[in-house]
Amino acid sequence: MKQASEILQTLQEQFPDQILKSSQECLQPFVVVAPAAVAEICAFLKNDPGLAFDTLMCLSGVDYKGSKTEPERLEVVYHLFSMRDRHKMVLKVELPREDAALPTVETVWAIANWHEREVYDMYGIHFDGHSDLRRILCPDDWVDYPLRKDYVQPQTYRGMPAAAEKQFAERAQEGEDLGTDPYRAG
Amino acid sequence: MQVEAYAGEEMVLNMGPQHPSTHGVLRLELETDGEIVRKVIPHIGYLHRCFEKHAENIDYPGVIPFCDRMDYIASMNNSLGYALAVEKLMGLEVNERVKTLRVLMAELNRVASHLLSIGTYAMDIGSFTPFLHCFREREKVLDLFEWLCGARLLYNYNWVGGVSHDIPEGFEAKTREFVTQFEPVIAELDKLLSYNKIFLERTADVGIISEEQALSHNVTGPNLRGSGIGWDLRKEEPYCGYETYDFEVPVGLGEHGPLGSCWDRYYVRVREMEQSLGLIRQALERLPEGDVHEHIPRRVRPAKSEVYDRTETPRGELGYYLVSDGGLIPFRVKVKSPCFTVLSLLPAIAKGGMVADIIAIIGSIDIVMGEIDR
Repeated sequence: MKQASEILQTLQEQFPDQILKSSQECLQPFVVVAPAAVAEICAFLKNDPGLAFDTLMCLSGVDYKGSKTEPERLEVVYHLFSMRDRHKMVLKVELPREDAALPTVETVWAIANWHEREVYDMYGIHFDGHSDLRRILCPDDWVDYPLRKDYVQPQTYRGMPAAAEKQFAERAQEGEDLGTDPYRAG
Repeated sequence: MQVEAYAGEEMVLNMGPQHPSTHGVLRLELETDGEIVRKVIPHIGYLHRCFEKHAENIDYPGVIPFCDRMDYIASMNNSLGYALAVEKLMGLEVNERVKTLRVLMAELNRVASHLLSIGTYAMDIGSFTPFLHCFREREKVLDLFEWLCGARLLYNYNWVGGVSHDIPEGFEAKTREFVTQFEPVIAELDKLLSYNKIFLERTADVGIISEEQALSHNVTGPNLRGSGIGWDLRKEEPYCGYETYDFEVPVGLGEHGPLGSCWDRYYVRVREMEQSLGLIRQALERLPEGDVHEHIPRRVRPAKSEVYDRTETPRGELGYYLVSDGGLIPFRVKVKSPCFTVLSLLPAIAKGGMVADIIAIIGSIDIVMGEIDR
């Protein structure tokens, strides 16, 4: 089992120019790396005999638009774990909100294939070299990326109404006569 | 197996989305060559209810009922993972009674979930009777839950910092009664199903998941243990005081056919129920005094931070990635579902088998679509 500081040191020795930022003070220490190098770094983390990150626990996207504390950006977060040595690591990649793209890691961990499809589906982040980058949860012809903070829900989908209808309580508050009040009716 | 003999004309077969043995609305596109499956393409998303988007628009405690609705077979375990993640984010410690109650309910729920899984699996394979036995027993657990918190399926029980209700009077005795009564039923199930010749033929040589595949696809829970890897978060990264309980982690042994087959995964679940009963007994014995609402915060407002936390649900490792910006509403809630990861392996393990094997494989990996599509 290796401490976060040791893992960071190994990474810094191996990729001195690609490590952009790191934090050890927070709840779970993380490392921010350059987008173009992420596949290379992940392959190293998995194959290095001293680190052996054999599982990708989670791959998530985050949209920081509208955050009170963080600058506006998209982020892809990799939660790695070594089942052999039982150490953990959080790897982050920061991307611009327009034309976000980074290399895929599906050849390193097979599960990344579906996780990356989900991030593409929800945030519109392109994974270069991905073998099957299609939408996974939304229909293939869905417009826009739902988990972006500035997403606007469409009114219709293929001619069907897609927006939520007003609840009865809302309609009553707006003063609509719903005909259910015995004191007001007739 | 001499499957080449069944080869014939190529055909694309749509299985689902409403197929009784897909355990939810899952559509599989099969490219078949006679009876042999050449390729499987899973299409998911039919049950997508925008959980993650919803969670970004309601306060922290309000997310819990939505968590329940992801894996509706094991709601107790789902909300437990979320509550623990938020508590970690806030640095909140709960008292011993809450911890013990959480273990108790999680294990009862695990028994109920495995019963459903085993029962429906047997029915998929063509054995109807075990289903009735399993559902009869599951009903008793649901009755206990109904008595506890008023709901049979979606409990909203684990809150941030505590649980919603303390146990009612007489609950301990009734639970003990259930455990004593249920133990022989497992042996009965073994006789009825586990070593049944037809059942063995259908499952013991089918859907083999190798160790490398399991790790690369992040397969977890009983599916991973079926492949012979004794990995259980309750042992490896204990939460709720699991380290103080005495229990074993059953693994697949490959007694019938190769290791990691459908039968191994099925049998791990059977053995796990026995362990869960032991855990329930221990939890009942030690149940300390305390107020279950003692540590529930007036206002859940974690400082700016983020956490990835995972727990062992009946289906494997359920992970919550929470990002807080210091407000009352979570900035991001991402769920890593154990069913999602294991379903991504389906094309690899189903390839080259027979059409009927697909049913056996899907039943054995025990997926719940509500959790995959979220």
